[in-house]
Amino acid sequence: MNEKVPVIEMRDVTKVFPGVIANDHINLAVHEGEVLGLLGENGAGKSVLMSILYGLYQPTEGEIFVRGKPVAITGPKVAIEQGIGMVHQHFMLVPVFTVAENIVLGDEPITNVGTLNTAKAVNEIKALSEKYNLEVDPHAKIEDISVGMGQRVEILKTMYRGAQVLILDEPTAVLTPQEIKGLFEIMHSLTEAGFPVIFISHKLKELMEVCDRVTVIRRGKMIGTIDIEDASPQILASMMVGRDVVLEVEKKPSQPKEVVLEVENIHAVGLNDLPVLNGVSFKVHAGEIVGIAGVAGNGQSELIEVITGLHKANSGDVRLNNETITNHSAKEIIHKGIATIPEDRHHRGLVLDFSIADNGVLGSHDQPPFARWIQRMFDAIRAYADKFIQEFDVRTPNQEAQVKNLSGGNQQKVIIAREIGRKPDLLIAAQPTRGVDVGAIEFIHRRIIEQRDAGKAVLVISNELDEVMGLSDRILVMFHGEIVGEILAKDATEDELGLYMAGAKRNTPSSPKEVSK
Amino acid sequence: MEILFSVLTVSLFAATIRSATPLVLAALGGIFSERSGIVNIALEGIMLIGAFFAMMISFYANQYGLPPLVSALTGMVGAMVFGFLISMIHAVVSIRFRADQVVGGVAINILALGLTGFLLQLIFETSGNSPSVPNLAAMPIPILASIPILGGIFFNQSPIVYVALLAVPISSFVLFRTPLGLRLRAVGEHPKAADTVGVNVFRLRYLGVGLSGVLAGLAGSYLSLGQLNIFTENMTNGRGFIALAAVIFGKWNPWGAFGACLLFGFADAIQISLQNAGVNIPSDFLLMLPYILTLVALAGFIGRSRPPAAAGVSYEK
Ligand SMILES: Nc1ncnc2c1ncn2[C@@H]1O[C@H](COP(=O)(O)OP(=O)(O)OP(=O)(O)O)[C@@H](O)[C@H]1O
Ligand SMILES: [Mg+2]
Repeated sequence: MNEKVPVIEMRDVTKVFPGVIANDHINLAVHEGEVLGLLGENGAGKSVLMSILYGLYQPTEGEIFVRGKPVAITGPKVAIEQGIGMVHQHFMLVPVFTVAENIVLGDEPITNVGTLNTAKAVNEIKALSEKYNLEVDPHAKIEDISVGMGQRVEILKTMYRGAQVLILDEPTAVLTPQEIKGLFEIMHSLTEAGFPVIFISHKLKELMEVCDRVTVIRRGKMIGTIDIEDASPQILASMMVGRDVVLEVEKKPSQPKEVVLEVENIHAVGLNDLPVLNGVSFKVHAGEIVGIAGVAGNGQSELIEVITGLHKANSGDVRLNNETITNHSAKEIIHKGIATIPEDRHHRGLVLDFSIADNGVLGSHDQPPFARWIQRMFDAIRAYADKFIQEFDVRTPNQEAQVKNLSGGNQQKVIIAREIGRKPDLLIAAQPTRGVDVGAIEFIHRRIIEQRDAGKAVLVISNELDEVMGLSDRILVMFHGEIVGEILAKDATEDELGLYMAGAKRNTPSSPKEVSK
Repeated sequence: MEILFSVLTVSLFAATIRSATPLVLAALGGIFSERSGIVNIALEGIMLIGAFFAMMISFYANQYGLPPLVSALTGMVGAMVFGFLISMIHAVVSIRFRADQVVGGVAINILALGLTGFLLQLIFETSGNSPSVPNLAAMPIPILASIPILGGIFFNQSPIVYVALLAVPISSFVLFRTPLGLRLRAVGEHPKAADTVGVNVFRLRYLGVGLSGVLAGLAGSYLSLGQLNIFTENMTNGRGFIALAAVIFGKWNPWGAFGACLLFGFADAIQISLQNAGVNIPSDFLLMLPYILTLVALAGFIGRSRPPAAAGVSYEK
């Protein structure tokens, strides 16, 4: 296979941003019908490299060859003409447009009189979606569809333009396990048809499952390309981080003490007044990590929002250290001692236009030592920022950098540094390692366990079963806005959890002492 | 009550159309600009520029011996050209230099007021009214004008009114039925998404702002050449802002904005005719109406009014 001319080849591609060398002489080639994995830590330069291939950035140095011919990809238009299609890390869809409008935008079918030919667009989309088994509703508005369908729309967008090469930048980070399975089937049918696919992911198991070869980059530099037969998760992890990584979470048995958080019979409604929480009750003790597992959309998000004062509870009680905090303001709840790593870092976690330093003190910005009276104390803020940037290994040129220019994983580290820095009684971690590289996952997990060992209560919500099982001492399963099962993590198996998550099995939760009997 | 009915006449509705016309044209301009992602509060200033240059060009064309109607039409076209040129200042400042669009718009409004006042003084040596110039007075459309009631309301008007009435369906068609409209709206909602499918964000934003310049310039020419035959200092008198209110009230939709403009135009017309009939409602009260209605609209009483998501946000590659 390798003697043939690669469909895409990038030679010695370098990209310099002010203060950052995002790509440093990277070489990469992808051949017909193969899946090439692209692996690297957060901020290693994967998205930048792919954006260069797609014409969104111009390389400082280096060349790109398409089927052996050098091409200057000066803009997305050229990339599309060359048959390159890209699904971006953050979706590029117009929320108020329909699926069909998004797919044809920029290359619209027209009628004889020059108007938009919606019927033709819909027909073409239907044909494509049948051919590649990408189920979408052409008439639905983007803002109303699921993330999984949004992803299929993005793939259809590239197919509609006749893409011969598909770039998928972390497509699985926001998908549920079912949706991921669907995506892999789609990728399979594409490679069957001869299309090469470039696949970026931080999940080593996924790379092992779908890739033929994996190219690894570290801090913008090329480390190498490895055939999947020669690889293992361990090997991939140490290639990308440059040291051995502990993939399994290591921790001592927990020693639960007094109750810190008590949630009692919470009911709440969501969109269109539909019930989302139907009588949720549980407790989290000091010194234990409680994990909540469940298929996304079964009330986990709303539960965290109720606890943190962002969503109204219609009835029931939330108590922190025996003091009721139900429907109190978010600010009050923060000051009472709850810190939260939110699941959507762009919406809830960060002010993207602010600097790292300012984001790092958000929520404590009006408290000493970061403020005195109405005055902000910049020395203290700066010193604190330097400290956490070092401690949490945030990859950035300096603390004044705007958070929006950090890579996704580094944005996550800023949030985690800030929330742990609050020294809370209860730490809520929602999807704490979404889009984060394995090195950082190990680090974040260690910090969360440290919190537990320091006698804090920790509540973890994650779509990754591995993560819930690895971190938690006790696992609760949510289904249709209820807690349907409680298992000690050491006894849990993926299959059993799966049954609870699907609503096929239930038991009544109780306190940890009784369970451990 | 009787007085109220006695003023509800064909002439009242014809006056409604006349009051609404400059608002309709400017509002359509505002829609094109904002739909492309550029907030344009300079409509007021662009209109004023249009009103002035329409008068001035008509004046000189006539002096150079062109027949009155041709002079007036030249003035109208000139207003569109100057409206376009002024709007390009706003476009360059907000698209190329990514300046704050509201601040840029305010600057243009102040500039327009100063410039027209200055030129009025310099060329015509007056600070009040310009000399009278050939204008575009009512031009009844044969046959249509003789339809009872409707003919009197719609078809016995200045040609600019006809343009405005046609511009509404045309704008709606362009925005919602053509590829150009789809791209223009995409650029105002999510420019990066448009960029990644090869749509030229900058070019479309220049187009959106340029169209607003042409339309607002035309709106201005109606003030000086359609309703009157002179230019007076600050003759727009807030109409550009009322047009912006109509854009919001009409949910960035040409037909919606048209409806809002008719409502505002009606308020204006009824105020005048009530005053003529001897009922004294303070005119300031009715002038408030557009803004009160807009606040009501913004508060969501007529359904959610959502601006294009990227309006006011400059785009950086
Ligand atoms: N527009 C930009 N201006 C300045 N620096 C940038 C810009 N875009 C990216 N960078 C920097 O380039 C580096 C590479 O970023 P990139 O987004 O490619 O990382 P990544 O490998 O995709 O990481 P992740 O896995 O977290 O998505 C980072 O240090 C980032 O801060
Ligand atoms: Mg990335």
